[in-house]
Amino acid sequence: MTLNEDLLMLRDAARKFAEREIAPYAQAWDRDEYFPDEMIKKLGDQGFMGITVPEEYGGAGGNYMAFAIILEELARHDGGLCLAVEAHNGLCCGHILIGGNDDQKRKYLPALARGDQIGAWCLTEPNSGTDAAAMQTRAVQDGAHWVINGSKQFITNGERAGTYVVTARTGPGDRGAISAFIVERGTPGLSTGKREEKLGMRSSDTVVVKLEDVRVPAENMLGPEGRGFEDVKEVLKRGRVVISAMSVGFARGAVEEAVKYAHQRTAFGQPIFEFQAIQHKLADMMIQTEAARLMMYQSVSMLDRGLPTTREAAMTKVFASETATRVAMDAIQVLGGYGYLRDYNVERYMRDAKLIEIGEGTSEILRSLVAKTLRA
Amino acid sequence: MKIAVLMKRVPDTASVLKITPDNKSVDMANLKFVMSPYDEHAIEEALKIREAGKATEVIVFTVGPEGSQETIRTALAMGADRAVFVKEDPSRFNSKGIAEMLAAAVKTEGPELVFAGKQAVDDDASQVPERVAELLDLPHASIVTKFELNGRAATVEREIEGGSYTVEVPLPALFTMQKGINTPRYPTLPNIMKAKKKEIKEFSLADLGLDAAKLVSGLEVSGMSLPRANRLNKILDGDSTERVKKLLTILREEEKVL
Ligand SMILES: Cc1cc2nc3c(=O)[nH]c(=O)nc-3n(C[C@H](O)[C@H](O)[C@H](O)COP(=O)(O)OP(=O)(O)OC[C@H]3O[C@@H](n4cnc5c(N)ncnc54)[C@H](O)[C@@H]3O)c2cc1C
Repeated sequence: MTLNEDLLMLRDAARKFAEREIAPYAQAWDRDEYFPDEMIKKLGDQGFMGITVPEEYGGAGGNYMAFAIILEELARHDGGLCLAVEAHNGLCCGHILIGGNDDQKRKYLPALARGDQIGAWCLTEPNSGTDAAAMQTRAVQDGAHWVINGSKQFITNGERAGTYVVTARTGPGDRGAISAFIVERGTPGLSTGKREEKLGMRSSDTVVVKLEDVRVPAENMLGPEGRGFEDVKEVLKRGRVVISAMSVGFARGAVEEAVKYAHQRTAFGQPIFEFQAIQHKLADMMIQTEAARLMMYQSVSMLDRGLPTTREAAMTKVFASETATRVAMDAIQVLGGYGYLRDYNVERYMRDAKLIEIGEGTSEILRSLVAKTLRA
Repeated sequence: MKIAVLMKRVPDTASVLKITPDNKSVDMANLKFVMSPYDEHAIEEALKIREAGKATEVIVFTVGPEGSQETIRTALAMGADRAVFVKEDPSRFNSKGIAEMLAAAVKTEGPELVFAGKQAVDDDASQVPERVAELLDLPHASIVTKFELNGRAATVEREIEGGSYTVEVPLPALFTMQKGINTPRYPTLPNIMKAKKKEIKEFSLADLGLDAAKLVSGLEVSGMSLPRANRLNKILDGDSTERVKKLLTILREEEKVL
């Protein structure tokens, strides 16, 4: 699998950007549990806030491979900031692109793509995660408006978002149809809870989004009434493919740091790299990372060619996310006691990596999804 | 007003260089190539002038072998409007020959401003832009750290040993850029997408009315070797306050890293 000239150039540019604008601050952002708002504009200037948004809506018009390459490079240095970029582009802008009509795209996408504001996507609720279709948030039509009530849990970018995509039940009963709405920041009744304190992805803000009699104009419904969950599945399928690139970024970071350290650190009179136990660990880390990257490239290119990828997305995310956590754990082991310290970054990669086994479909449900396709 | 920027593709400074078995040239196989870093500053300065509405076009000029298109695309992805590419292997020529090619190519566009990096980081010869200026009969100022356009002239600060020196140069003119004049941008995703639609005009020597035989180097490389690392091993004396002062002086004045 080789990348074409454009994608190589993009990779180099994203790498330089991450090395200069992110890497020097990532530890501090992790400690402070926030990356500065100015980063959103900087990312926008690079075209990283409207990656797959077509040019006519103010975006860069890139494909999913471009998206994946950017995510790998950003995740290499800061998972939290990268998660913010992923949720913004893949989930919020992604849902508007899939479900929205021309007017909605024209109204909302340019500001999101420029990085004038960041977007959030609100699916999960306190009582429904994996079983997202069990959501209790409800929207009721009132003339030219819909009135939304409910609570959304674990919302990435929720604290500072300018635009929220919110799913709510619009059909009758506990399992009635689900629709999606665009809700603007500042709409009365929309409020956010305190920033969650997390294991990893700490520079990204994760909050509860409360909706109390939030009135949105009917033209803010994304797609026809009742199609919300179909679009959610499509958003998540694509999301699983690209979020795997974040895992590849974590694994690569862990390998690079471990290799560098193994050459510098001496024990028993030689660099620890010379011990076969370390060499084989590093080789395994490298092999696993490359396998994850190839699987990710394969799924991304299938997505770009419009091929069905439900199973590939699930397989790729399970493999890439679990690889990243394991490789990061191994990197800590290679660094010994120093690996356990915040100063050396690898423990951060491990903390960040773990999330990808949970968000946008847990490993368990994705394995079940793969198995379903194997039923005779 | 057009701005021409002279740009060279060089081996990535992070790559490990090998010398060919005859000890006469650098082994170019398996090297990663990048734009010479000073040229990035030249492009950035040109783009800033265009963005301020004082220039209409930024055109990149390069002499290089097949494969240089990749580096040219990087310049276009930074925001340059188009490129002129003289497809010739520069290692066959010396600075004089390259300068003749570039001068002939630049002449086809008649720019008011010609920018270049103060030197290319591969051979560090610091010859080509100045020669181009002479061939085109343009005034030039080198090692520029500040550039300001005022009507039909440019006021620039040039770096000199331990200070700077301000000159006013009537246009058209040529300038070579020093680090510190600006911070070069990274290519953005939209510009990378647009770069492939931008024009790269290719010229052969014949197209430029030049004869390779007359341009080939009069110099012959008799040998090439890798530099040996010599450590300075400077030990500072005095109490800690004095030592810190001395260290700062060295970092500031000798090493110029502060
Ligand atoms: C940092 C972070 C950011 C997030 N960002 C967002 C966001 O921006 N927007 C958003 O909508 N959501 C977001 N989420 C929510 C995330 O998608 C959910 O946490 C995830 O879907 C899992 O849901 P849950 O936490 O409710 O776990 P549960 O669904 O309660 O699962 C608990 C356990 O049970 C297992 N399980 C559940 N069902 C099955 C089954 N059928 N078979 C086998 N095992 C099963 C799970 O695999 C898991 O191990 C985020 C979460 C985190 C932690």
